[in-house]
Amino acid sequence: MTVPDVDWKQLDRRTVIVSSLSAAGVCVAAGVPAGIGFGGGTSPGLAVAIIVPVALVIIAAVAVGDYVRWRKTRYRVLADRVQLNKGIVVRSRRSLSRERIRSVDLTAGPLLRYFGLVNVKIGTGEQTEAGTSSLMLNPVTKEEAERLRTELLDREPVAESPGHRTGLLAQIDLRWIRFAPMSFLTPTLGVAAFGAVLQASEWFGLQQGVISWTIDLMSELHLVVAILVLIAVGMIVGVIGSSALFVEMWWQFRLEREPGGTLRVRRGLLTSRSISLEEKRLRGVELVEPLGNRLVGAARIDAVATGLVQQKDNENSDHKTLLPAAPKDEVDRVAADVLREEVSPTSSVRLAGHPVAARGRRIRWGLASAAAVVMPLLVLGWVLSVQVLLHLAWISAVVLVPVSVVLAIDAYRNLGHGITGDYLVARSGSVRRGTVALQRRGVIGLTARQSIFQRRKGLITLTATTAAGAGAYSVHDVGESEGLAFADTAVPDLFGPFLERR
Amino acid sequence: MSGTSQGEGGPLRLRPPHHQVDRRAVAWWRTELLLLWAVPTLVLVVLAVFLPARFWLLLPAAVLTVVLVPVAIGLPLWWYRVHRWEVTAEAVYTRTGAVWQEWRVAPMSRIQTVDTKRGPLEQYFGLATVTVTTASSKGAVQIPGLDHELAADLVQQLTETTHATPGDAT
Repeated sequence: MTVPDVDWKQLDRRTVIVSSLSAAGVCVAAGVPAGIGFGGGTSPGLAVAIIVPVALVIIAAVAVGDYVRWRKTRYRVLADRVQLNKGIVVRSRRSLSRERIRSVDLTAGPLLRYFGLVNVKIGTGEQTEAGTSSLMLNPVTKEEAERLRTELLDREPVAESPGHRTGLLAQIDLRWIRFAPMSFLTPTLGVAAFGAVLQASEWFGLQQGVISWTIDLMSELHLVVAILVLIAVGMIVGVIGSSALFVEMWWQFRLEREPGGTLRVRRGLLTSRSISLEEKRLRGVELVEPLGNRLVGAARIDAVATGLVQQKDNENSDHKTLLPAAPKDEVDRVAADVLREEVSPTSSVRLAGHPVAARGRRIRWGLASAAAVVMPLLVLGWVLSVQVLLHLAWISAVVLVPVSVVLAIDAYRNLGHGITGDYLVARSGSVRRGTVALQRRGVIGLTARQSIFQRRKGLITLTATTAAGAGAYSVHDVGESEGLAFADTAVPDLFGPFLERR
Repeated sequence: MSGTSQGEGGPLRLRPPHHQVDRRAVAWWRTELLLLWAVPTLVLVVLAVFLPARFWLLLPAAVLTVVLVPVAIGLPLWWYRVHRWEVTAEAVYTRTGAVWQEWRVAPMSRIQTVDTKRGPLEQYFGLATVTVTTASSKGAVQIPGLDHELAADLVQQLTETTHATPGDAT
């Protein structure tokens, strides 16, 4: 172990420059449209005379605030713990025991990167509310961050089982970008783009102009063609947007195993991110196949690890993603490597299907949700005798009923459970099919749930609770007897003593 | 390994846990549900006395009464039949619910905390709710409606057993 430095250290003082610059950026972004809107009503000179001093005051306040924060923040790494003192008005002292530290994550936006700085988050991965179990060092130099990371995550090297790779496990293949637009993000971004154009034109007082310009342009075309053109433009923007987002998130993606038994994900084009995950915390993986990706044979890998999901408010879920949407072969290879198995449990397992009664349940749910859309339209259209609503009702019935039945049958076919080696594997879902491989020793409790409808059909839903990931993974609508036998084999001695033959 | 899953016989099922909750739990649940009915109904009736739009205030009050009073009388009996619990040397085992029944098992080696909770009504009826949590955010096991002295003994016993059982609970 390296000799711990007992001196208090400060954050990098260039943080003041960075936060002043980003405040200046915000001021320009907000000030320019405000100034133009303002200047339209009165004289441009007056607008400048008001907005520029306001902006300067804001930037100065941010700079002073950040300078004081920098002056008041000290941290040090001792042999047994890490301490951080901070706070301007209310001083806070926090100390984390080093043996409880589970993650050291580094994030740097474009500005921080320009100055060679990094934000560091040291986490213990405990089940407490977000904030109390982690330390933030915003920011330190890149070298200091890297030093902290290696020092704090330095563990006894685990015994290497032969045949399992350390070093690079996976890296980005730019051809994977083709999977990025196959998601709900694409239409969402397309719609958002139209909204953004209208909003921006409103700032500049040009909204009417933009709308009439579009109508003029479209008036040459037939209405249907015009709608199709608008949809096409939206889709193109959406595809470009989702691809760009993918590139920003996953550029230079590398998944590595480090000698100390840590998995490390590094990625990002503008904002670079480094996420470390101790293998001791890993309880399995989940293969996630959103419908769009499944149709083209792609899946992503999420880690099922303790202490990853707790910061759900401010963290995005891609923190736990070990591999972005990639071809199935690559996914199986990486999953096997990550779990130190010969073959990924998600591909070696033989999944047992569920009783047909589960299909009926899913079809009924599908039809019920279609009815929930159609019936109100029908009733309103009939009561108020509005023709348009009646038309909407039958159109949505024609579209929704087949779609929901197909999704229901697909959801039923996707249901499955099995045991392979040390893993319990469960699969479910249609729009988002998830196949979770959970280490059997990671299961810390079992729950069986049965509604009176399930009881009539002899079905039961079994849930394995775990300290990791979502906290619980379910085998939905399995046959009661078969499911309980499965649970007892997968995790002996939990349900075992409480089972009986009827 | 358990012998129960082996061998021939009928289909497997989870047997009910040994102990029922305290009989006073029925009165407790009933009081809670009746309060749930009484408070909004009382407000509506009082308003109906003072306000002219009497019918539109008494109608929801009547609906509440027709729906909630039978529920308040019947549901606690159903709950009382379903709610059962058991503590063995290895695990805590419960059955709860009504329309959705739930069986939960938490092994001793994974238990992190054991708490009792007593709301004002529970105190009045001399009852307590024992909550056993594990490292899973979804794995808590609750035993409501226990006699409060029994609950205190149970917490004592569980705390001692879990201290004696090795393991880091994750």
